[in-house]
Amino acid sequence: MSGTEIAPPGLGGRGDEPGASGGSGGGRRAARRGDRSRDREPARGGVVLGAVGVLGELLITAGVLLLAFLAWQLWWTDVESNREQAQIVQEQGWDEPLAPLDAPDGPAIVTPRYDEPPVPDEPGYLTTFASMRVPRWDGEPTRTITQGTDRPNVLNPLGVGHYEGTAMPGGVGNFALAAHRTTYGKPFNRIAELQEGDPIVVWTEDTWYVYRVTSSQIVMPDDVQVIAPVPDQPGAEPTERYITLTTCHPMFSARERYIVHGVLDYWAPVSEGVPAELAEVS
Amino acid sequence: MYGWLWRHLPGPVLVRVVILLVLAVAVLAACFVWVFPWLAPYMPFNDTTVGEG
Repeated sequence: MSGTEIAPPGLGGRGDEPGASGGSGGGRRAARRGDRSRDREPARGGVVLGAVGVLGELLITAGVLLLAFLAWQLWWTDVESNREQAQIVQEQGWDEPLAPLDAPDGPAIVTPRYDEPPVPDEPGYLTTFASMRVPRWDGEPTRTITQGTDRPNVLNPLGVGHYEGTAMPGGVGNFALAAHRTTYGKPFNRIAELQEGDPIVVWTEDTWYVYRVTSSQIVMPDDVQVIAPVPDQPGAEPTERYITLTTCHPMFSARERYIVHGVLDYWAPVSEGVPAELAEVS
Repeated sequence: MYGWLWRHLPGPVLVRVVILLVLAVAVLAACFVWVFPWLAPYMPFNDTTVGEG
C-alpha cells in the first residue's frame, strides 16, 4: 500500500514489539528501558495508570457508540424506512388515485355514498392492500397498509400494519391499524394532532373510504379492548364501521399506547376522482 | 489501547490517520448494518401495538 520510502519507520515501529510485550502494556517510554530490573516500581505504577487509561478509552468508546446508536435509531431508521415505503408506493402505484389533484382545472370530486360499501377480503400476511392519508398531517406522504402488525416484517420496513382478524376497510367492526410514532419512518408521528371530526382517508385499488375521528385515548399496552369490533366493548356485536389507530405513548417510550377511534363517513369509487377532504389540503 | 494501536500502525502520520479513519468508518458501518438492528428490539421504546405482552 505505502511506498518503499516509508517502510523504514514502519519496520522500526515493529522492532519495538518485544520490548513492549515485556512491559505488559506499561508506560510508553518505559518499555524501552524495561531491560533494567531496577525499574520494577515505576513499572507497577505504569500498569495501574495504563489500566486506568484503557478503561477511560473504553468508556469514551462506549459513549461514542451510544451516540451512534441514537443517531441510527432516531435518524437513520427514518431515512431507510421512508425510502422503502416511498418505493413501495411508487412501485405499486398507490399515489395514482391522487393524480387528479394535479389536474389544471381542479380535481374531480367524488360523490359521497352512504350505502353499503364494498369490503375487500382479508389478504394474506404481508400483503399491502390499502393506503392512507390524513389531511391534518399535511406534508406527510401516502402510507401503505400491510397485513400484520409485527415489527421486523411489517411496522419497521413497511409502515402501517393491519391487526389480523379485525375488520377490513369499510367493514362492519373495527378496522384496526398500528404504526410507529417515532423511528422507522414514524407514520403516526403526528397522531396527537388529530381532533374530533378530522378525516382519515383510506383507499384500496378501487374504493375510497373516508373515516372521521370520534375520540382519542391513552391506554395501557395490554388494553386490547380498544381494537374490539366495538371499541372498548369486547364481545358486543358491531353495527358501525369503526377505524382505530394505535401507536406508542409517550413519544420515545412504550409505557402506554395512544389510541384514535373513528367511524366511516362515506365511501366512493376511485374512478370518480378524489374525496373533497384530500383536495382541500393540496 | 488507542496508543498501542497507533504505535502498531505502519507508515507516516498521514497514512496512520487515513487507516484509523477507514477503521472508524468500518466499525460505524458494521454497527449501522448489523449491531444496531439486532439491538433495537431490546430497547424499550418501539412498541406500538396493543396486546403484545
